[in-house]
Amino acid sequence: MATPAQDRKIAAPAVTPDTQAFWEAAKQGTLLLKKCPKCKELHYYPRPHCPFCFHDQTEWVEAQGTGVIYTFSVTRRAEIPYAFAYVTLDEGVTMMTNIVDCDLDAIRIGQKVKVVFKPTIDGPPVPMFAPL
Amino acid sequence: MSIKGKAYIAGIYEHPTRKAPDKTVAQLHAEVARGALEDAGLTKDDVDGYFCAGDAPGLGGFSMAEYMGLKLRHIDTTETGGSAYVVHVSHAAQAIAAGKCSVALVTLAGRPRSERAGGLLSITFGPAPDAPFELPFAPVTANRYAVSAMRHMYQYGTTSEQLAWVKVAASHHAQYNPNAVLQDVVTVEDVVNSPMISDPLHRLDCCVVSDGGGAVIVVSPEVMKGLKKPRVKIMGAGEFPKHLNGGKMDLTVSGAAWSGPTAFTEAGVKPSDIKYASIYDSFTITVVITVEDLGFCKKGEGGKFVADGNLISGIGKLPFNTDGGGLCNNHPADRGGMTKIIEAVRQLRGEAHPKVQVKNCDLALAHGTGGSLGTRHGSATLIMERE
Repeated sequence: MATPAQDRKIAAPAVTPDTQAFWEAAKQGTLLLKKCPKCKELHYYPRPHCPFCFHDQTEWVEAQGTGVIYTFSVTRRAEIPYAFAYVTLDEGVTMMTNIVDCDLDAIRIGQKVKVVFKPTIDGPPVPMFAPL
Repeated sequence: MSIKGKAYIAGIYEHPTRKAPDKTVAQLHAEVARGALEDAGLTKDDVDGYFCAGDAPGLGGFSMAEYMGLKLRHIDTTETGGSAYVVHVSHAAQAIAAGKCSVALVTLAGRPRSERAGGLLSITFGPAPDAPFELPFAPVTANRYAVSAMRHMYQYGTTSEQLAWVKVAASHHAQYNPNAVLQDVVTVEDVVNSPMISDPLHRLDCCVVSDGGGAVIVVSPEVMKGLKKPRVKIMGAGEFPKHLNGGKMDLTVSGAAWSGPTAFTEAGVKPSDIKYASIYDSFTITVVITVEDLGFCKKGEGGKFVADGNLISGIGKLPFNTDGGGLCNNHPADRGGMTKIIEAVRQLRGEAHPKVQVKNCDLALAHGTGGSLGTRHGSATLIMERE
């Protein structure tokens, strides 16, 4: 039995001045992270203030866009079943996402995945992940 | 300063309704307040401190103080989701110890069953900073707990059958509660064969949706002296907000790993001393992770611990949620912390149903988990003793 992933209609994320660069990069197919120049820690979701040392000048860095599935859940009681998930990027931070473009029944924790940007309704695309 | 021995729970009331299409939320708050005051042997005019959370309509505490005609000198609207009421009892004890009030009223009420047409609960709070990075991925309450369950299974080998035992135990207790939404005893097979909601959580791994509410009255030792109810003393409490920590987190651990030790240290007792535990059971996985984090078993062994009826009163080592819990009895306003306190007090007073009353129940714990294990949540632990 297989449950092929189908595209869902996704509401546009609210773009704020402090995250505009993230969404501009998303339009180009690039996943950005924030890095603190002081304590060198990466974090997600992106904030101007480092949540580890509270330095207020965090900087954008490009992620490779690859990682592994940390955990997931196929939500079946929904109009279109979908895989809600967390992916740990190769850079070491874990982000909420969906696993797409695959058989939902074959998804496994530890699986290698790559970012794929999916369109939203009248907004920037959002980072989801597909198995490699 | 410690709250140990500085305050008592004098009154409790759980609204008997589970569906209230013809009442307002404010009305339900007032009804549970009346119930708890009557139980304590106090009146509205005795109340000088009021505690409520996000379920209170309007401007929360102010709106409800006006609606109920309360004359207050202390107010606290701490919001930690479903665990807020456990936090409120702790904060009420702190306020009483500091002389800020002497009779504290805590209320909860809501009508999710009447107001929600169905479908999975998707709470959206104002313009949260995390929202643009989460809402596109369709988080709902069920999948935000399911991801913790999935990771727990991966890391520790926990099984769906072990999770199911939590529901089985709750159903054994609920059969004696005539107000419970689900009163039928279920088996492990019933749970694992119920429809899948969000892997690995089945329909019967989820708590009920119910209207209603509850209230507790916390008083100073001086006020308690004049009252007739059994003396239920606050021994210790802990609270801990756990979050995603900038993307560096462990979703198999809850805030109970911090709120628990804080409460046990303040109370001067250890997990093995606890005779009865009310443990927030939004989902079966919530209980498995919480019993580990509170120290009732080792981390990762929660599945094994809850299996084989170990949570059933009279059978297992840790009788839990003897009212049937959120899984079978009641989860008013989608917030289960209040009913956790109420059943723990019933146990300490010896007022639980005779079929589930724990013998010589002199030390009990109530634990709340508000929010989501798989994102951010507020954990709160409260330890109480029958004096």
